[in-house]
Amino acid sequence: MELNNKTIKRIKKDFPIFKNNKRLVYLDNAATSQKPKQVINTLKNFYEKDYANIHRGIYRLSEKATELYMKSKEIVAEFIGSDPEEIIYTKNTTESLNLLSYSLPFIISESKGEIKSKSKRKSKKNEIVLTELEHHSNLIPWQQLAKRNNMKIKFIEIKPENYELDFDDALKKITNKTAIVAINHVSNSFGLINPIKEIIKFAKSKKAITIVDAAQSMPHMKVNVKDLNCDFLAFSGHKMLGPTGIGVLYGKKELLKKLPPFLFGGGMINDVELKKSSWAEIPFKFEAGTPDISSAIGLGRAIRYIQSIGIENIESWEKKLTAYALNKLKEIPGIKVYNSSKNISGILSFNFEKIPPHDVASLLDFYGIAIRAGYHCNIPLMKKLNIPGTCRISFYFYNSFEDIDYLVKILKKISLEITKKLE
Amino acid sequence: MEKGIPSEMYKEHIIELYKSPRNLGCLENSTHKATEHNSLCGDEITINLIVDKGKVKEAKFSGSGCIISMVSSSLLTEKIKNMELEEIKKMGKKDMLDLLKIDITPARIKCALLPLETTKKALGF
Repeated sequence: MELNNKTIKRIKKDFPIFKNNKRLVYLDNAATSQKPKQVINTLKNFYEKDYANIHRGIYRLSEKATELYMKSKEIVAEFIGSDPEEIIYTKNTTESLNLLSYSLPFIISESKGEIKSKSKRKSKKNEIVLTELEHHSNLIPWQQLAKRNNMKIKFIEIKPENYELDFDDALKKITNKTAIVAINHVSNSFGLINPIKEIIKFAKSKKAITIVDAAQSMPHMKVNVKDLNCDFLAFSGHKMLGPTGIGVLYGKKELLKKLPPFLFGGGMINDVELKKSSWAEIPFKFEAGTPDISSAIGLGRAIRYIQSIGIENIESWEKKLTAYALNKLKEIPGIKVYNSSKNISGILSFNFEKIPPHDVASLLDFYGIAIRAGYHCNIPLMKKLNIPGTCRISFYFYNSFEDIDYLVKILKKISLEITKKLE
Repeated sequence: MEKGIPSEMYKEHIIELYKSPRNLGCLENSTHKATEHNSLCGDEITINLIVDKGKVKEAKFSGSGCIISMVSSSLLTEKIKNMELEEIKKMGKKDMLDLLKIDITPARIKCALLPLETTKKALGF
């Protein structure tokens, strides 16, 4: 479906939140997205008509629930270009990355015999490479891994003039010593689209394991794991119309087979004896305990909704919104917009010269405009750039040019009236 | 709806105090000092105190943050001068809101409370 002012009006009607909050202009989609009634009804229907636990019951309801759960994995797999057995359900991106940070050291040590936990023996591959743009969820798990296993973290730097990733620096930081390269696809503070395909290719030449944090890209653009050729990729359902509590970890089949489980318990076993157990096939060995069945099914429906519009249409509509907003924002007196790069997804960061970001967000809230203000889980980045947080607006396809016009009108008003008061 | 900037949180006395803060600065001979920050939004406040005979003799604050946390710091440092430490220990959310004399949205309560938390940390409470 081609997106334009007319179709957007129709699409907005699918989202009950806008009916129940008449004034709402929702511009915090990088934090989470709103839900269409199709997804909400899917959850309701599942609980009302088909609910039972999966993989267990020898009765029709359980079989139906299992079928719906497995179908959702097929939908996710088709969407990202993988096999369904390469899809592990987690709680969110953060949990997906934590799983890797705990389980990966085992296969690195197995396959190369080089990194040994707590061993003082010098190992050849003991470095983790991240970027300065990482969200805390793709930073802290690796800090902890580095601490546990005596590894070193290196950061690919950003260019101070436009905050873009310095690709030459990536070539320097990724070496034969690199065990893991974990990078975000799209930065959650500045919306920059990073050249991850090229970085992955280079990291592969150094035999590093490659991980992509796709939390901010998956909802907004075509992401194909085969095309990227990454080893692992993580994203969250709630940022792409899905329910909260469901995230995805994709992993290449051959690696997942080698990777030991992260959580242990029911559902992830093959055989159990009192003193030892063996694990189920992939992906089930990574899904201990009853999973969030309804949210998984809801995520499947969310992806179907996205596909009904077309991810390419979403991407091009958001590009138009972003370009329009960027120009309009720059017209506002006393504003500094941090996005100077052309290579951005629908996330814009700005500040007023005189008004702290938190106060701007509060003032906008009076007018029904929801934005994010603060560090955006990027404290080291903000400290490096010496920015005391920013105001951040982030789009999804249900946003319109009207939303931007209204935002800009109110920002102009705030700028004029509050700045005058503060002088 | 669009007559003027909503004034509830940004009344004249708040804006005035933000423009001309009280007790802004450091104390070289402070007896108690602490820094606290709000990791979500970036407010960071340092409180310097001189305590003598169970009372606060002098109080100053420094740091950066939103209008509410800065104004709240001015008001609190003013309020606790000559106050018994035991009285400060008892202070809570209501006392800060009474000092501010404005309606605050729930999301901003932590901005208003940050200086009090910092002061209590400095005093070891």
